[in-house]
Amino acid sequence: MKQAGVGVGRKLLVASAIVLGTWTAVAQSGEHGGVPESGDPSLQGWLLPDTPPYPAGNEPTEERIALGKQLFFDPRLSGDGNMSCATCHNPMFGWSDGLPTARGHKSMVLKRATPTIVNAAYNTIQMWDGRKKDLEDQATGPLETSVEMNADFKRMFEFLNLNQGYKRAFEKAYPGEGINKQTIAKAIASYERTIVSNDSPFDRWIKGDKDAMTEQQVRGFRLFVDPAKGNCAACHSAPNFTDNGFHNVGLASSAGENADPGRYAYKPIKILKGAFKTPTLRDVALTAPYFHDGSAKTLMDVVEHYAKGGEVKEHLSPNIRKLDLSRQEKEDLVAFMEALTSRHEPVTLPKLPLN
Amino acid sequence: MNHIKTVATAALLVISATATAAEYEVTQKNKAFSVKELNIKVGDTVKFTNQDSFFHNVFSLSDLKTFDLGSYPKGEYKKVTFDKAGKVEVECAIHPSMLMTINVE
Repeated sequence: MKQAGVGVGRKLLVASAIVLGTWTAVAQSGEHGGVPESGDPSLQGWLLPDTPPYPAGNEPTEERIALGKQLFFDPRLSGDGNMSCATCHNPMFGWSDGLPTARGHKSMVLKRATPTIVNAAYNTIQMWDGRKKDLEDQATGPLETSVEMNADFKRMFEFLNLNQGYKRAFEKAYPGEGINKQTIAKAIASYERTIVSNDSPFDRWIKGDKDAMTEQQVRGFRLFVDPAKGNCAACHSAPNFTDNGFHNVGLASSAGENADPGRYAYKPIKILKGAFKTPTLRDVALTAPYFHDGSAKTLMDVVEHYAKGGEVKEHLSPNIRKLDLSRQEKEDLVAFMEALTSRHEPVTLPKLPLN
Repeated sequence: MNHIKTVATAALLVISATATAAEYEVTQKNKAFSVKELNIKVGDTVKFTNQDSFFHNVFSLSDLKTFDLGSYPKGEYKKVTFDKAGKVEVECAIHPSMLMTINVE
């Protein structure tokens, strides 16, 4: 990791600061309230790679993605044969479910909101509490969980092995590897790597299309990254609007002995009590309600929560404090977040092999 | 008697040292520790300095040494003295991709 050295030009110095997820240098050096203009080289760290990274042994291929898509949309994998990954990760709701918290097996109300899978492929850690390291690790988790899809793996493998369409699809996608938990996870992960948001008005503005965002949205971006104003980028950092980190954001639900411990259940460090992973904000306008407990109905509710410095102060992330924001500035921040929605091709549904 | 110990890695600075114990500095910058691995002697101290504009929380749950330095902002530091030989994994609680190992000899 490079550190800015003597003799490095101002722009380059600024660029390295942003690429590496900090904003201080820009906030102090740029014009117009601390943010350079559309297309400025120093902003390019906000652009995501065109395609997400993938692990060795699971390079995305057409066959793997197609198989993963079938598995993702197939309710027959669940215990009752009526829930697919897409039941909760529904493309009609920004790959979430539009509910405050998820509904699982037998319609049980679960305690956390369904996170979107948009850009999950760019995350370096998965789940609200970070208990899964990557998409392959995560993909079969909901199948295995009794309160979620409650899959009977023995019955599921029998079904897949007897289904000639699936047998052929697995063999094409993973020749010689068979039908097992690993190949199921790899295929679903390959499909999830295609669910990407990296072509929003914000991205086009960063690339130099100065008309891609409205003046209000540009103002919102400046507030978003300004440590003295919104301070949002302290956690929602470039390029995927997440630091892949864990923070207690002071929600009302974090009070009391029965509060969800979040990350603390896996790393018993005081600051992690009630801490959850910073979600991406890409396509965020499509994924209401918000927060891990679904307690904010709108993006303005979210901004209001942070503006007052959170509800519950115990174990509150030290990055969160009361903010000095006018009504107009709050609206600007919301307008900016609405500029993070990408143009997407319509989602087509796969034909599932009947037998 | 004080002496200055030079460490090859530029980001790693020895602040002060005595004949028997040295002090090293490991910074947190751009969501990374300045070194991935550090070799020290029993009795040496490591100073963890935050150089990012947001908070870090350095801790270890290693069998050899357990500590939680809490969260602190840019410019602040906390020190830990390592009094037993072995390997200590050090992490940031807030940013789990931040990992380093201290080998105490």
